[in-house]
Amino acid sequence: MQLLSSSIGRKIVMAITGLLMILFVVVHLIGNTTIFGWISGGINAYAHHLHAFPPLVWAFRAFMLAAVSIHIWYGIQLTIENRGGRSQPYAVKATQKATFASENMIWTGLLLLCFIIYHLLHFTMKVVPGMALVPDAEGAINVFTMVVSSFQNFFVAFIYVAAMVTLFLHLSHGIQSFFQTMGWSTDRTLPVYVKAGTLVALVLFLGYVAVPLSIFAGILKG
Amino acid sequence: MSDHKTMTLTLIVWRQKNASDPGKFETYTAKNITEHHSFLEMLDCVNEDLILEGREPIVFDHDCREGICGMCSQVINGAPHGGQVRTTVCQLHMRKFKDGDTIYIEPWRARAFPIIKDLIVDRSALDTIIQAGGYTSCHTGGVADGNAILIPKPVADEAMDAAECIGCGACVAGCPNGAAMLFTGAKVSQLALLPQGKTEAAARVTAMTKAMAECGFGNCTNHYECQAACPKGINVKFIARMNREFLKAQFA
Repeated sequence: MQLLSSSIGRKIVMAITGLLMILFVVVHLIGNTTIFGWISGGINAYAHHLHAFPPLVWAFRAFMLAAVSIHIWYGIQLTIENRGGRSQPYAVKATQKATFASENMIWTGLLLLCFIIYHLLHFTMKVVPGMALVPDAEGAINVFTMVVSSFQNFFVAFIYVAAMVTLFLHLSHGIQSFFQTMGWSTDRTLPVYVKAGTLVALVLFLGYVAVPLSIFAGILKG
Repeated sequence: MSDHKTMTLTLIVWRQKNASDPGKFETYTAKNITEHHSFLEMLDCVNEDLILEGREPIVFDHDCREGICGMCSQVINGAPHGGQVRTTVCQLHMRKFKDGDTIYIEPWRARAFPIIKDLIVDRSALDTIIQAGGYTSCHTGGVADGNAILIPKPVADEAMDAAECIGCGACVAGCPNGAAMLFTGAKVSQLALLPQGKTEAAARVTAMTKAMAECGFGNCTNHYECQAACPKGINVKFIARMNREFLKAQFA
């Protein structure tokens, strides 16, 4: 297929799978904020409803796994292809527009992969030690207690905050890249996408770190 | 000219006999340089001294020396064409430097641009991309009326902005991936914007991007270094337009 034989096509696939992950991350954050209790029953009720229909949960997991896998696969492939694109480095490095985020997408991406694996082992499979797993009468784990007890540990809170810094870097380049790769940007809109993308990445960062920080600071208590 | 102060500069220049020679930096002194010398004239002075000393002059590409031909190609202190906005090396003047400065001069470095000698690289890969589709097919015959096909002014202007590309390859030299996306994007766009080029737009973008990959150019990772390096200020919007044309071609 011509789409996948060209690097432009593979990048369009990366852009679309990346967008799926951005949308996931936005919805995930909205879900997280229920820990502050703005829906009745808080995060426990949210978690209960989210997992109410297991076939849908598993179908969605498979879908996200496919998106994440494709994104990573092409990301690694493009990085390897670009190695040696410049026959040898210049004696003086004088980049004018490239940023730390744009130059390190592969590393922030792979760090996020490590984090996702850790995060799944932590709150989905619940096999990371050091958190309180309190079942209710129906055997469902109390999510609020689990999360609060986890983030009272400095190292766990630190890992999550560090991972969100990584997410911020990845998205600050990734969101504007989406528009450029899809061919939806012009000289007037690209600077807006760059700023808006960084802003969205910043809002996501602040939203996500609000949970571990407010627990670690003792504002949210178990 | 005699009332002007002269500068003495240290040049650290890449010397390489041929494509198979590993190459190395050599240090030279540029003497009696005034602020009115262009960068290439400064190199001419150094070469005259080298020739008088019986040494091999520094080999570099140049032609029009008025910023329109795209032949000059040097990376100066890490920036293609020296990093001055919309300026080719030949239009870079020594007033941008100070007495006693040390200047690194390197060739374009890209997988698709093998070094021929010293600062001259083989840029025929760009010609290969043009040969793949950077043209319109039309019947020869009577000359068509210049205004037979009306083109809105903003469209004509945008096509002209893309057509400003002089094919120097600074975008490739500036790209950390050695990609020719800005060059190819400009060439695809200038034709795709105009009615005469629209007919073959899908086949063109497919063929030109294929040739681009086959020539060994890297892929775009949206650093936009190419736009910063371009002496003609070609905007990365033309890369976006090429991406759009590529996507459209998938449904053509």
